[in-house]
Amino acid sequence: MALLELSGVTMRFGGLIAVNDVSFQVEPGQLYGLIGPNGAGKTTVFNVITGVYTPTQGVIRLEGESIGGKRTGRITRHGVARTFQNIRLFSDMTVVENVKVAFHCRQAAHLGAAMLRTKTHAAEEDRVDRESRELLKIFHLDRLAEEKARNLPYGSQRRLEIARAMATSPRLLLLDEPAAGMNPQEANELMDLIRWIRDQYGMAILLVEHNMKVVMGICETVHVLDYGSTIAVGPPAKIQKDPKVIEAYLGGA
Amino acid sequence: MALWAANGLLSGTLVPGVQISPYFLQVLCLAGINIILAVSLNLINGFTGQFSIGHAGFMAIGAYASAYVTVTFGDKIRAALAFLPQGGRDGALLLAGLAVGGALAAIAGFLVGVPSLRLRGDYLAIVTLGFGEIIRVFILNIDAVGGARGFTGISKLANFFWIYLFAAITILVVSRIVRSSFGRTLIAIREDEIAAEAMGVDTTRSKVISFIVSSALAGIAGGLFGHYLMYLHTNSFTFIKSIEIIIMIVIGGLGSITGSVLGAVLYIGLTEGLREFAQYRMVLFSFLLVVLMIVRPQGILGHREFLTLLPKRWRLGVDAPPAGG
Repeated sequence: MALLELSGVTMRFGGLIAVNDVSFQVEPGQLYGLIGPNGAGKTTVFNVITGVYTPTQGVIRLEGESIGGKRTGRITRHGVARTFQNIRLFSDMTVVENVKVAFHCRQAAHLGAAMLRTKTHAAEEDRVDRESRELLKIFHLDRLAEEKARNLPYGSQRRLEIARAMATSPRLLLLDEPAAGMNPQEANELMDLIRWIRDQYGMAILLVEHNMKVVMGICETVHVLDYGSTIAVGPPAKIQKDPKVIEAYLGGA
Repeated sequence: MALWAANGLLSGTLVPGVQISPYFLQVLCLAGINIILAVSLNLINGFTGQFSIGHAGFMAIGAYASAYVTVTFGDKIRAALAFLPQGGRDGALLLAGLAVGGALAAIAGFLVGVPSLRLRGDYLAIVTLGFGEIIRVFILNIDAVGGARGFTGISKLANFFWIYLFAAITILVVSRIVRSSFGRTLIAIREDEIAAEAMGVDTTRSKVISFIVSSALAGIAGGLFGHYLMYLHTNSFTFIKSIEIIIMIVIGGLGSITGSVLGAVLYIGLTEGLREFAQYRMVLFSFLLVVLMIVRPQGILGHREFLTLLPKRWRLGVDAPPAGG
């Protein structure tokens, strides 16, 4: 069974059809790329999957269970985590606390226990602290753990967003333009990191990206949207030669 | 027993042998009540980032409910506790009143919070303002608690000891909440609600719980207020009162507990201290506020706690505050 399945998903905003009858499947452990020119509806697809919008039509299934229209928080607890195109960190919190918040969704937190400072609560806090720092180490952010998120350089903020998403222990990770604003070397490191995450944790990754080198370099399947509709699906080598894709990006001859 | 001894001592004198003026004692007690109000409002406005202007409404519920309990059932409860000394009986009666007042304010907080916390920013502010006024007008029309004549005949059960005991409890409760994993979700909501929800935080639940705790503490502050002044009138709980509490937390710094304490004390200190300027008092006070907001728009302490401003060697064993700082 596919991990994520979209069938006939349409999202209308008044007269605007942002996503038009889009269907695809993401298998466990797959690296799936979603590309398209500006305004093609890529981020809207993300927002529909994560419950920010309820799709106008169509069904979204996570391991067979319909998640369309559920609240974002519940979908995250079902195992879908995401990053944002315009970084959305908790900027006045420290780096390690940004990650700890995301651990919260798997943490048994009781207000009473917190107020009485029970032993189980303290042990739980210790565990979350330890695991958060381990996670930061993977992303080479451990030295910046006590720094406020807003003070991090841009590339580190992007990595912290991925680390934070990982802390929810997802089965499906949605990355919205993770390489945006990165220089070629940072983008290369990011590609290695994304591949490493997939191999290490076996999670599926759905990637929206404008950097073609990144998309073509790591995705096994690439899905091209234009004006909300699917125009091509296939392995990167095939997509690069697809006349429809070339037309969408470069304009008709 | 030591508690009751301290209680008796503090109701007359603060330090053995030093008699302070009743005026100064009253200012201190009102400052203590302000501390409870400011610290509890900071939980929702400063830490959760949900701008509420209805705090006076919850304070009113606590004040009237607790006063109703002690006035109506006071004799019965006192008779049932005849074996205790006078101070013990009064204390138990006050606690019973505060428990009912706090609980009713918490229920009101739940009922107001569930629909209104779906809104953000300005909209939430207006809705809480509206609810605060609805509560006040509702109480104004209940004849059993005096209606427009005001609620009289309340015993003086609250004093310096009780007020500062509850101020300390409020500070403890709020600081433990914001330092817990639950508190982290509140700060995350303040920083970015969409991201918090995307990280699996049940934002509605967190906001409503924070609102309930904040309302309950405001109710307790109201109960102490009524049993200290021995008279209640709904005019004490207009939205102006809510604005006053907001001024306190803005002066001290939204998101700082010690800042709220400082703000509450400064507010009453300034408004009382400027009395010698008679008709220019509020002009001067407003001028000082404007100057403060220009010089330090984030409030005196900002998001920091007072202890973190001290050199490190002076604060061994003190946790770093949750918002960094």
